[in-house]
Amino acid sequence: MTYIKPKFRHPELPVNAVGYARKDYEGAISTLCGGCGHDSISGAIVQACYEMAIEPHRLAKLSGIGCSSKTPTYFLSNSHGFNSVHGRMPSVTTGAILANRDLIYLGVSGDGDTASIGMGQFVHAIRRNLNMVYIVMNNGCYGLTKGQDSATADLGSISKGGVPNAYMPIDLAGMAIELGASFVARSFSGDKTQLVPLIKAAMSHQGFAFIDVVSPCVTFNNNPGSTKSYDYVREHLEATAAVDYVPEKEEITISYGEGQTADVELHDGSRLALHKIAPNWDPHDRLSAIQRLHVAREKEEVLTGLLYLSKDNETFHQFLHTVDQPLNTLTEEDLIPSQEVLAAINADHR
Amino acid sequence: MQHHLSGINDMVVRFANVNGTGSASANTMFAKAIFRMGIPVSAKNIFPSNIQGLPTWYEVRISEKGYLGRREGIDVLVCVNPQSMQQDVASVRPGGYFIYDSTKPLHREFMREDIHFVGIPMMAMCNEHFTDPRHRQLLKNIIYVGGLTALLDIDPAVVKGILEEEFAKKPKLIPPNFQALELGRQHVIEHYPHPLDIRVEARDLVGDSIIIDGNTACGLGAIYGGATVAAWYPITPSTSVVQAFEKYANKLRIDPETGQKRFAVVQSEDELAAIGVVIGAAWNGARAFTATSGPGISLMNEFIGLAYFAEIPVVLIDVQRGGPSTGMPTRTQQSDLLLAAYASHGDTKHVLLFPSNPSECFDLTADALDLAERLQTPVFVMTDLDLGMNDHMTAPFHWDPKRRFDRGKVLTAEQLEAGVTFGRYLDVDGDGIPYRTLPGAHPTKGAYFTRGTSRDEFARYTEDGAAYVRNMDRLLKKWETAKTLMPAPETYQATNQSSHGMLFFGTTAYPAQEALDRMAEQGIAMDAMRVRSFPFTPEVEAFIAAHEKIFVVEQNRDAQFRSLLIQELDLNPKQLVSVLNYDGMPFTADKIQRLIVATLQPQVQPA
Repeated sequence: MTYIKPKFRHPELPVNAVGYARKDYEGAISTLCGGCGHDSISGAIVQACYEMAIEPHRLAKLSGIGCSSKTPTYFLSNSHGFNSVHGRMPSVTTGAILANRDLIYLGVSGDGDTASIGMGQFVHAIRRNLNMVYIVMNNGCYGLTKGQDSATADLGSISKGGVPNAYMPIDLAGMAIELGASFVARSFSGDKTQLVPLIKAAMSHQGFAFIDVVSPCVTFNNNPGSTKSYDYVREHLEATAAVDYVPEKEEITISYGEGQTADVELHDGSRLALHKIAPNWDPHDRLSAIQRLHVAREKEEVLTGLLYLSKDNETFHQFLHTVDQPLNTLTEEDLIPSQEVLAAINADHR
Repeated sequence: MQHHLSGINDMVVRFANVNGTGSASANTMFAKAIFRMGIPVSAKNIFPSNIQGLPTWYEVRISEKGYLGRREGIDVLVCVNPQSMQQDVASVRPGGYFIYDSTKPLHREFMREDIHFVGIPMMAMCNEHFTDPRHRQLLKNIIYVGGLTALLDIDPAVVKGILEEEFAKKPKLIPPNFQALELGRQHVIEHYPHPLDIRVEARDLVGDSIIIDGNTACGLGAIYGGATVAAWYPITPSTSVVQAFEKYANKLRIDPETGQKRFAVVQSEDELAAIGVVIGAAWNGARAFTATSGPGISLMNEFIGLAYFAEIPVVLIDVQRGGPSTGMPTRTQQSDLLLAAYASHGDTKHVLLFPSNPSECFDLTADALDLAERLQTPVFVMTDLDLGMNDHMTAPFHWDPKRRFDRGKVLTAEQLEAGVTFGRYLDVDGDGIPYRTLPGAHPTKGAYFTRGTSRDEFARYTEDGAAYVRNMDRLLKKWETAKTLMPAPETYQATNQSSHGMLFFGTTAYPAQEALDRMAEQGIAMDAMRVRSFPFTPEVEAFIAAHEKIFVVEQNRDAQFRSLLIQELDLNPKQLVSVLNYDGMPFTADKIQRLIVATLQPQVQPA
């Protein structure tokens, strides 16, 4: 079997504001199972980057290990990518961000990669408020090793193996809010109209932007009894608000009444328009977001949409007071102290 | 008991203290005073894994001949710790001196007929002359230093000069310190014969040397070597490496206009994250390093394999301590060699550099940053607790102002624009080292996908066995290239004189050189070489080939360095004789001499 992706495209494909066609944001053909939720997320990333007119080389994509972490091969082939080791994408991204603060960083991970082996790195990446987008493709199971339950599998959920999960699930979005993540959202791979604007908003956000995307595993966890199947998620889907990403700046009115419409402003001047806002929820109020998550859990709803957005936040570079210029461009002149300094250090030690 | 130890500028003075009582600064001051009198000196801090209340020792070797290793036998012991007194009394050489706090009489069971007791009522003096309880404890230490100035004939003006520098920012503390010094000094002058037959005399033997610890030197080496990202997790004995880097960077790496920092230090959640941060930063074109000890290297193994296979230039400073497991966290060893040389699962080999003194810590840390980028691979600077945490007399730091960073093979936007063929793992130059690009380099050219899985020359994922083998073989070719870039070993003879040779590395050099001299005096001729790198350079191979028998001197149980030599140079194990020390204390010349002479005994016996 060959996986050759035809490169031929119509010569007059439309281009975006920076002169790139949609194909310039695509990657190699996916080798995931047909119908995998992850491929839809890859598609949403391609669409978001194309529509936002991000120059592909100004973005770096990083991942850990697992089906989800393979996806960076399937989008943005004109961007540098790094498929690192299991659960360690956050630390590698931390280093990359320190070296060059001017790029956009997209981290892709899975529920095994983030909620189990990489839990430590995930929580500490949040604490640093790294300026990155962190997407978890969450299917509640280990796909690449054939379907073992993961730590995000709901209590009692039954995967293809047929045994109800005995353990409490880890709610990554709820945890991210608790730990102070500055942008937290949840979405569903089958809902591009919601996912694409959320990805755009995450990329516009300065700081740690986390999106937990429920992404069914068609092969091992899409059966009756699973709470991460397409059918189950569609039936139980609930949103904090419908979202629209608005790139241009317009007048902003903020009121968060039930069923109303409101805009929240992002750091680059773009906005996320919220429609049909859920009761008792204010996107800038951490407590209300957590309450909504708890209520949703009790009602067995899969709560999606923007969950929390911090109004003001400092990122890692600000904590560290690093120079504006990327560290990887500093030269000998910037970095090496003078001969006199070394002579003085020697003199101090006599 | 009539025997009195005697001799000028040749002694070991040991201080027995309780940790957390401020003794370290008084003891360091003592060593510095000797150094400022122009006499070679070395000091070892023997400390517990504890913050307050347990026994700690500080051992000062004074050597006119310039021997900086440990020597067996204690000539003068200053004991201010009742907990360890029994053991301390027993450790003094016959004819030696035991200085103690005589506020309370010494218990009879501690008395020995063959040593001399010098009592100074330190606590009583403090209580009488000083009111602040904290000062009383600190000044007690200065009192015994005062006593030692009289006993050993140390110029008190030198000590006072050091005190003045020490308290330049707290001048109120100078008079009580001077007073304490005089109290101790006058007590000895009034009650004991002085100076002793064993004492010091000012010399001019230290030249332009400095006295500094290896960890500070590594931190400074990283500053001059251009590191901009340091990620670490606290672990003894490496902690002070990144602390020194940060301390100097906060002075020397500040943008004069904005006050912002031209560096970033991350204290990460564990060692796995520390090396992950370093890998991410290095992948993205910043010079980055971490510092850790054996347990940290164990944790970093998976990531080290990634850096080797994905060819990312990272620098690790491994300040070795006693292992395995938590082992002896505050004692020294050279026992991470095999761990570091072959770190990670799968077939890997890593570059190791072996500094022997702080000056080399500075040079080799800077060199490691160049080598890592030149070779696109992890480079380890293998120091140890003795080198890292103790003050050593060493050549002053030197930096050539014309020196440029060697950033290795990185394609620029211009080169990419000009249309060079870019294959991330393509061996264009035949040296096994491919070209790399940095993220963001060019809008449409040079992007590639970095992965720890097998790939072809153009970084495309493949499970094709032939492509995998080509890549693994290219990495071996790179290893051969590395051999041409390693620092040369140090030899101790113009031409080989003997059928016996001695090989050693790192801090073992101090006692090994002294043992060579001692054996020469004994009539045992021995050639010697100090190895400074792994992979081994051709000189090492030639040295071994030129001798019938090689003594491999190292500080671990399993003769790891010998294993590396046998494995990598395909040697007959019988040619290599192990000379080992692994009790956590630095090797002594006495022991090296003893062990080697014992193996030679059958041959030196008369027929």
